[in-house]
Amino acid sequence: MFQTEKSHPRDDAAVVTSKDTKGSRQLLASSVTINRPASEVYAFFRDFAQLPQFMENIERIDVLDDKRSHWVVKGPADSRYEWDSRIIDEIEGQSLTWQSEDGGDVTNSGRVAFAEAGARGTVVTATIAYEPPGGILGKLVAKLFQREPSIQTRRDLRRLKQLLETGEIATAARNPAIFAEQEG
Amino acid sequence: MRALTWHGKHDVRVETVDDPGIVNPRDAIIKVTSTAICGSDLHLYDHYIPTMQAGDILGHEFMGEVVEIGPKSTLKIGQRAVVPFTIACGSCYHCGKAQFSACDNGLPADNQDIAREAYGQPMSGLFGYSHMTGGYSGGQAEYVRVPFSDVGPIVIPEGIEDDKVLFLSDILPTGWMAAENCDIEPGDTVAVWGCGPVGLFAVQSAFLLGAERVIAIDHFPKRLELARRFGAETINFEESDTYEALMLMTGGIGPDAVIDAVGLEAHGLFVDNVVDQIKASTFLGTERTHAIRQAIIACRKGGRVSMPAVYGGFVDKFPLGALMEKGLTLRTGQTHVQKYLPALLAAVLEDKIDTTFLISHRLPLEDAAEGYKLFHDQQNEATKVVLKPGLSTAT
Ligand SMILES: NC(=O)c1ccc[n+]([C@@H]2O[C@H](COP(=O)([O-])OP(=O)(O)OC[C@H]3O[C@@H](n4cnc5c(N)ncnc54)[C@H](O)[C@@H]3O)[C@@H](O)[C@H]2O)c1
Ligand SMILES: [Zn+2]
Ligand SMILES: [Zn+2]
Repeated sequence: MFQTEKSHPRDDAAVVTSKDTKGSRQLLASSVTINRPASEVYAFFRDFAQLPQFMENIERIDVLDDKRSHWVVKGPADSRYEWDSRIIDEIEGQSLTWQSEDGGDVTNSGRVAFAEAGARGTVVTATIAYEPPGGILGKLVAKLFQREPSIQTRRDLRRLKQLLETGEIATAARNPAIFAEQEG
Repeated sequence: MRALTWHGKHDVRVETVDDPGIVNPRDAIIKVTSTAICGSDLHLYDHYIPTMQAGDILGHEFMGEVVEIGPKSTLKIGQRAVVPFTIACGSCYHCGKAQFSACDNGLPADNQDIAREAYGQPMSGLFGYSHMTGGYSGGQAEYVRVPFSDVGPIVIPEGIEDDKVLFLSDILPTGWMAAENCDIEPGDTVAVWGCGPVGLFAVQSAFLLGAERVIAIDHFPKRLELARRFGAETINFEESDTYEALMLMTGGIGPDAVIDAVGLEAHGLFVDNVVDQIKASTFLGTERTHAIRQAIIACRKGGRVSMPAVYGGFVDKFPLGALMEKGLTLRTGQTHVQKYLPALLAAVLEDKIDTTFLISHRLPLEDAAEGYKLFHDQQNEATKVVLKPGLSTAT
């Protein structure tokens, strides 16, 4: 399910870029290159409690044990969507794959790969699987991501890059009050 | 605080707005002592640049005193500093290659999508220059929040007047990079279209980089006179045929390198320009590009085309054939200001480059709207307008 590396049969492009709209619609993938060593990027990401710093819609992640974490996402009018997530596959320094556990508000799964890119640092590729839009589940997913999921993922990865490369997340807010207002 | 805000075409106002404050650890707050109006600001004033919002604070050429610092700023309170107009992080891949205007991290993540759509990749942030370049509040104000203050601003030694160093923020490095992009060789002739601030610094820089002759082209006698002061030969395009004059001045060869320091609002009653103007006013095309067309046609075979002038969108009738057939090299971009600051500050302090000659008007910040009108309507007399927040309106 998470084989972004595997190409479309006819070329070397990632399968998620296929123009065939019937196929893999529920998959999205986004890449960013971060000017830090892969070990450092991996270690930062592996500590799930840190993810809300750059993932805009995630309110909080509680680490339950080495493999499990509890995710809390803000919804409209003070509502919350929550689920537990489990790491189902992990290659130290290279990739993490997770899957939401049964009984949560939202079903999702994903994989993040960290590839050494020499002088350019590390290529981080996030692949996320979600239920196709439509129905109650689709609405929940849309809330979860607020925007089109692929745009949200791309922006979250840029924030991760900013945080790791510069130690902060760029904002044009002129002062803390305007910043707080924008963050909602 | 008081600040110059944009409200629409030819509508800018000095208003009271919320003060800036430290948001990120690397920020500093600068109390502005001098801030200039740029030719690039005129593109906003004429509403050629999209993604402006009513109330945006303009200004990207400014300097002042450090009054507040975040925990990771390396500036000290009380220091005077000139701030580059490009907002760059100093730690990404592009900053590492001194391509500061291509910084990956200067733009807020959400603003990067506009440039990704328009240009393929987002560029650095810019102060006071539309939301496509970040939506940062600009420097035509009493105070400015400066991100990445540990890598951008350059500290100015005591006793050096503002007017001498202010232009390090943009137009001096821009003129310098324009000349550097010409790869000047001994004996070269460089032709410069536009004798605004950028063109005039390009003239000085071309000589410093070894050009034997510089030919400056404009239609404002006062601006041409300034170019002549630095040793340039001049062509007034309203009096003379630019192409024929250049051919006669260069023995039929054409200039070895050409610089477009005019940009997307070229003046003149040229057929292509009038067509562009009609298209721009009906939103069919976005740019008026007479100068770059003429520069490419005049350039010698195998020559270099340097384009500091700003373009934002698509152009018609770009002489791609001439560029290809003559084997020209085209180099351009927003200036990598941070790259040039130490060397250019030294050159200014050693009086190798004249900067203060340019300033025709010094106005209080309160009169900024009049400053825009002046710089826009009276380009012959108004070569550069510098706003001083400290100056009272009575003077
Ligand atoms: N690349 C950068 O980082 C950067 C930085 C600053 C400014 N700029 C751009 O550089 C350009 C010049 O800036 P400026 O501050 O000098 O502007 P300016 O408006 O003061 O000067 C432009 C000059 O070009 C002349 N001109 C107009 N049409 C002409 C033509 N057909 N042939 C010859 N000359 C002509 C005008 O008379 C004027 O003197 C602008 O496009 C500005 O946006 C780029
Ligand atoms: Zn400028
Ligand atoms: Zn950078």
